[in-house]
Amino acid sequence: MNAFPLLLVSQSALEPGGTNASRILTLGEGMVFLLGIIFVAVMIMAVIPLMRRHRGIEQEPLERTHQPSEATERKLAIVVGSAAGATVVILLGLVAVSVVVGKSISTAGMPSHALTIEVTGNQWWWNVRYMNDDASKIIVTANELHIPVGRPVVIRGMSNDVIHSFWIPGLQGKRDLIPSRVNTEWIQADRPGNFRGQCAEFCGLQHAHMAMWVVAEPEDKFDAWFAHQGQDAVPPATEELQRGQQVFLNSACILCHHIQGTEAAGQVAPDLTHFGSRMTIAAGTLQNNKGNLAGWIADPQGIKPGTKMATVPVKSEDMQPLIDYLESLQ
Amino acid sequence: MLLTAACQREKRDLRPAPTRLAVLGTAARESLLQPGGAQAPLEPVNPAEGNAYSISEGQRLFNAYNCSGCHSHGGGGIGPPLIKDVWTYGNDPANLFDTIVKGRPNGMPSWGGRLPEYQIWQIVTYIRSLNKLEPKSATPTRSDSIEQNPHTLTPVPEPKLQ
Repeated sequence: MNAFPLLLVSQSALEPGGTNASRILTLGEGMVFLLGIIFVAVMIMAVIPLMRRHRGIEQEPLERTHQPSEATERKLAIVVGSAAGATVVILLGLVAVSVVVGKSISTAGMPSHALTIEVTGNQWWWNVRYMNDDASKIIVTANELHIPVGRPVVIRGMSNDVIHSFWIPGLQGKRDLIPSRVNTEWIQADRPGNFRGQCAEFCGLQHAHMAMWVVAEPEDKFDAWFAHQGQDAVPPATEELQRGQQVFLNSACILCHHIQGTEAAGQVAPDLTHFGSRMTIAAGTLQNNKGNLAGWIADPQGIKPGTKMATVPVKSEDMQPLIDYLESLQ
Repeated sequence: MLLTAACQREKRDLRPAPTRLAVLGTAARESLLQPGGAQAPLEPVNPAEGNAYSISEGQRLFNAYNCSGCHSHGGGGIGPPLIKDVWTYGNDPANLFDTIVKGRPNGMPSWGGRLPEYQIWQIVTYIRSLNKLEPKSATPTRSDSIEQNPHTLTPVPEPKLQ
């Protein structure tokens, strides 16, 4: 697992790839800059009196130090008053700026006619549906979103079990996914790239292994991907793959998994219709290749303890056809 | 003694022993006839008995595998209710296991060859917990789902009869 090049891809709010993340970063930088100046000024004012020469403790105290002159008192009132006033103004200003930025990245600032994607949090994976008014054109996938660059995308976030939080640091802030509620946000990628996301609300044993990928692509590439995902699974071409399909269809796999175009119609686990085209398995835990897939099927609890993926015994002679078939689902 | 019971209650058997992974294709044996000398029939033991994690997993699987499609949440619908005193085919863990693996006349499908054994035991334990047949210490006292408190509901005025 050490050779995992995907980990090198961005998951940082400091490298924004989209409109909203840029706004959040600008706000953060502005605050750090302004508050940094104030911090330095306060520190200087605190240090200056310390640097002054003091009379030694053994000497008599100065007379009348407890009775400052009227001029001094006036000066003091002006300094304290203006410092308090400045604090109030700066705080109110910061609040106002945050509200404006918050509004612009919230659904209130959302452009209309956006592509809508429904993301449902599950223990511990993400179900992804590209919504369409025509129900037969809804596309279902898991743990990997593809979005066109430069187009706003609305995320409708929901949860099937506990509270999760949808967070793509390079594109947008966090949005909690709460059972029996729909929380929306919008994202827009300004440059192509792979953005890693992570569940940001502790949700149980495998919270740490609940990642997802957002692949931002140019419009034409996205359209090709979208058209392909809408199709049925590729039928098995060779005898070996046909055998793999039979292994899948005759085992417990189909109780949970769905492969469009076959009898497998489970709705409680990631859709596998185009499984082979995805970058990772087990919600970003492993890179998607035959070796990892075999390990995952043979012992899911060893890789992701507590996962809801059932340990289904597969005969050793059936394993190779099965993983060949699954990886052929491009 | 109490301590051991408490441990069993919370134990999460995430990697069931290989024998418990069997997917029972031909289900339980129909006859006691077997090669070799006579043997005492195997007494099936429910490994999930009294285990809180298994009960919650059983509840999840009950819905995931759409048992609720026919049995509703225990109240019955197309299929018979699962919260009751009189059981046609028995409510011992072994009986329930048999019912799920082999199916029963008048509609209960056979799930043998589909479900791993350890999951069947989890579902069995959940069904028994619905009937208060599991230890109270392992049975949840309230439902997981968000429920409206009936006391906070605004009463709906009853329609007046003409």
